[in-house]
Amino acid sequence: MGVRRWIRAWPVYRQLTGPDPLGRGKAAESARSAGLVPRTERADRVVDSVCPYCAVGCAQRVFVREEPHEHVVQIEGNPNSPISRGRLCPKGAASKQLVTGPQRVQKVRYRPPYGTGWQDLDLDTAMDMVVDRVLEARRKGWQDRDAKGRTLRRTMGIASLGGATLDNEENYLIKKLFTALGALQVENQARI
Amino acid sequence: MGSNMAEAHPVGFQWVMEAKARGARVVHIDPRFTRTSALADQHVTLRAGTDIAFLGGVINHILTNDLSFREYVQAYTNASCLVGERFEDTEDLDGLFSGYDPRTASYDASSWAYESVPVEERPGGRAKEQAAPYQHGSGGPPMEGGAQGIARDLSLEHPRCVYQVLKRHFSRYTPEMVERICGVPQDLFLDVCRAWTANSGRERTAALVYSVGWTQHTVGAQYIRAGSIIQLLLGNVGRPGGGVFALRGHASIQGSTDIPTLFNLLPGYLPMPDVTHESLAAYLDGVRRPGQKGFWGNADAYTISLLKEYWGENATEENDYCFDYMPRIDGDHGTYRTAMDMVDGKVFGYFLLGQNPAVGSAHGRLQRLGMANLDWLVVRDLTMIESATFWKDAPETETGEIVAQQCRTEVFFFPAASHVEKSGTFTQTQRMLQWRDQAVEPVGDQRSELWFFHQLGLRLRRRLAGSTDERDRPLLDLAWDYASEDGEPSAADVLRHINGIDLRTGRTVGGYTELKADGSTACGCWIYSGVYADEVNQARRRKSRFDTGPYDAEWGWTWPMNRRVLYNRASADPQGRPWSERKALVWWDAERGEWTGHDTPDFERTKPPDHVPPAGSSGPAALRGDDAFIMMSDGKGWLFAPAGLADGPLPTHYEPHESPVRNLLYGQQASPVRKVYGRPDNPSNPAPPEAHGEVFPYVFTAARLTEHHTAGGMSRQLPYLAELQPELFVEVSPELAAERGLTHLGRAHVITSRTAVEARVVVTDRMAPLHIDGRVVHQVWMPYHWGQVGLTTGDVVNDLIGVVADPNVFIQESKVLTCDIRPGGRPRGSDLVDYVEDYRRRAGITPWTGVRIVTAGGHDGPGHTEGDPWEGPS
Repeated sequence: MGVRRWIRAWPVYRQLTGPDPLGRGKAAESARSAGLVPRTERADRVVDSVCPYCAVGCAQRVFVREEPHEHVVQIEGNPNSPISRGRLCPKGAASKQLVTGPQRVQKVRYRPPYGTGWQDLDLDTAMDMVVDRVLEARRKGWQDRDAKGRTLRRTMGIASLGGATLDNEENYLIKKLFTALGALQVENQARI
Repeated sequence: MGSNMAEAHPVGFQWVMEAKARGARVVHIDPRFTRTSALADQHVTLRAGTDIAFLGGVINHILTNDLSFREYVQAYTNASCLVGERFEDTEDLDGLFSGYDPRTASYDASSWAYESVPVEERPGGRAKEQAAPYQHGSGGPPMEGGAQGIARDLSLEHPRCVYQVLKRHFSRYTPEMVERICGVPQDLFLDVCRAWTANSGRERTAALVYSVGWTQHTVGAQYIRAGSIIQLLLGNVGRPGGGVFALRGHASIQGSTDIPTLFNLLPGYLPMPDVTHESLAAYLDGVRRPGQKGFWGNADAYTISLLKEYWGENATEENDYCFDYMPRIDGDHGTYRTAMDMVDGKVFGYFLLGQNPAVGSAHGRLQRLGMANLDWLVVRDLTMIESATFWKDAPETETGEIVAQQCRTEVFFFPAASHVEKSGTFTQTQRMLQWRDQAVEPVGDQRSELWFFHQLGLRLRRRLAGSTDERDRPLLDLAWDYASEDGEPSAADVLRHINGIDLRTGRTVGGYTELKADGSTACGCWIYSGVYADEVNQARRRKSRFDTGPYDAEWGWTWPMNRRVLYNRASADPQGRPWSERKALVWWDAERGEWTGHDTPDFERTKPPDHVPPAGSSGPAALRGDDAFIMMSDGKGWLFAPAGLADGPLPTHYEPHESPVRNLLYGQQASPVRKVYGRPDNPSNPAPPEAHGEVFPYVFTAARLTEHHTAGGMSRQLPYLAELQPELFVEVSPELAAERGLTHLGRAHVITSRTAVEARVVVTDRMAPLHIDGRVVHQVWMPYHWGQVGLTTGDVVNDLIGVVADPNVFIQESKVLTCDIRPGGRPRGSDLVDYVEDYRRRAGITPWTGVRIVTAGGHDGPGHTEGDPWEGPS
């Protein structure tokens, strides 16, 4: 590094000679900072999404990088949205942590009756175990007719709660499948 | 009102600020002073649970001073309709309407009907047990003969016309009474009245915003009715800048009501069949009545198209389109009833799908004890939540009431895919569907609900293949063949089927008007019909706001038919001209013979404003050219509800279930039809005229923070958010702090008859003491996001709340109750149980407390308990 470059690297020099006399901007920038690039610039793809928290429906842009493996590098507001004009609240702005944080569970967990801890369970096995239990609970709670002989055709053995953070398409299949099973205690945050 | 928009819906609040910058006046009416209050022109503190008294005062002010938008009211509301002679008002019956049955605590609403409309006696017990009013989410209740002439007096002078009935009903809601009940000084109240009326009418409109501060009450639906009456009287419905805005709290809570996971609804607000519906014809008769006006008249097309989507080719005219495959409801199967049934051992398996009732539902203890008494529990979520781990770390493990080695519930935790790991639509709070593209693949066992339920269906059908059991037919005959993308069912294809398909061509229909009752169309949700018109995913549209007009018609898609303002025919006068140029939205173009404007007209496009239907028409054909409310059975906006509500045709001020004061307006203390569950494990704090209310002297309310999300599963685990709001706290006024010896930033605990929870104290002027009828009433507020799992943990505030509900919709009263507050931490371990027991003993609480619900006219009504509850203090 030459003497001139060395002197220019000195923030006070840049404060005195440049457009940033108070040293609150460019004059204080280190070589490392100068070389930084926003994560969004290095994204391979930008995907249109919507914030998953409240019901305002702020538009999000999800920045995805393919290397070394497909992953989300940043989530930002979409300025084109007539609803949110690019803004996100603290929750929406934190949604990259929601999606990529270590709190996300990746494997099925199983707690047997009277168990004191979680166990591993294969997804395929778990699905089949749920099938067994659904059919058994359905059978135990089945009601063909009421005391007056009117059709019930239902089970009171199975209940469900959820849906307000799920997609319309998912709720559609949930209601359809439970209805076909005869399960009607299907409920939602909208009741709460 | 009942909304802290700046903190709970901050990005939406930018539009309020934008309006304020352009000269709009912003008024915030809420028990708490919040950031919304700080940014408003005016904040009015009122006692939690008294909004109807306040709103009734505004209605009285409008009617007494003749400040309504007369031409709008005459043309578009039912103000002129005559109510039958049998109707008796709360003025006549000390707070009850005619038709009350104290035994079932419900109304036979037949005496509320219009004079000229035929009605049969309708005991209200069944409707109340099924939350039947919830089924009117996209239109009005059925009413026979709504299309025929309803007796009217257009001069609005007849003593039995709705306008005069309204005037009499609200005559007691004077500024003095508002001050005594709500604690709002008269000058402040009149200032709000003047602001509201001065900013309404031909040239100006006012918007009303509410949130769960209005819905979570035993009279929540009537809060909204009261607001709607004001907006109708002032001409603020269907017009730009007007409206009643429900700010909902979850990304797709609107969608999950439209396409419900709710026990009493099918998609598009079609009611779930009940035991009286032995055939499709009987069901349809209950949905729409002969000779009724409006688009509910086509409910047969919507229902048959749904059955065709459910059971495909197996649904034929000969077999009633498989209507008999539907399970039937016959009572309350709501989430709180179900939790109690779990405690009672009647439910065996439970699915939790992105929901955390151990923290997020009222009476968390009841929820957890219910879950601890199941055969099995499936939890699907992004992270470990309290509802998955209750067997090892619930508050009841501390008191010894839940012990892992003795808890039999088998728990499956399935990790879920996040919003960026799947594609699909959310419906936001103004009915707009917005599609999300999938950004990345989920990892490990993480799956979408779409995958999970599709798989579950496939596996169940495989297991049952060849079954001859009649009970398995609905599952085996189900249309379950959605297109797949990489082994996942295609969300786009599911949305296509929700939109509806013309089965003759295989192409998507353009909208609900194309649906048929002859089995030639299949449609999963009629109000969403049009979202996939022309085989294009309209919800995926993203035309930038920089390239489009103020109504942004090409960003997403809004139900119904991409209309951004509902009932916008009312933005034009009866002749079809805008009420004023500055408030023009849609209007009649006589030259082209069609409705046109800035928004999609919410009216038949070519029906002229002077259209008079031929005698004998019904359904949409019976709508006149000036019937702006096209989903209502008489085409009018309802000031008075002659049918459809469980708790009365007009909003009436009742005190909350738990209140420190007597109702000053009527002998009837609280809602006479509120839904109570009198059981030893669901105690109530006493309220007047019951004795010992002084044991719980303060008003309690709970709400959200900006930095956390409901039960915390999506926020307490995130480092940024946990750092921004690191601890549970309780806000009290300096006066209450002095009264109870509480110190700022010290510890305190709040007690109800359910439990005690501990928090850090924040002493603040934001919680102002109120002067209620000559005495001081203190209010206490807590955020409710905490539980025992996450980066920030704390007591579950919802454990303080008991279960008592609005009879229309079964939403619990969690926005107002009574409590005590004491300095220092709460007792730990089994001492907590003894401590709360001592409070119950001092307050004389039994399963009968709070459930003798008739207090009008000095009655001593029956107690509404479950079976034969154990006697004595619980």
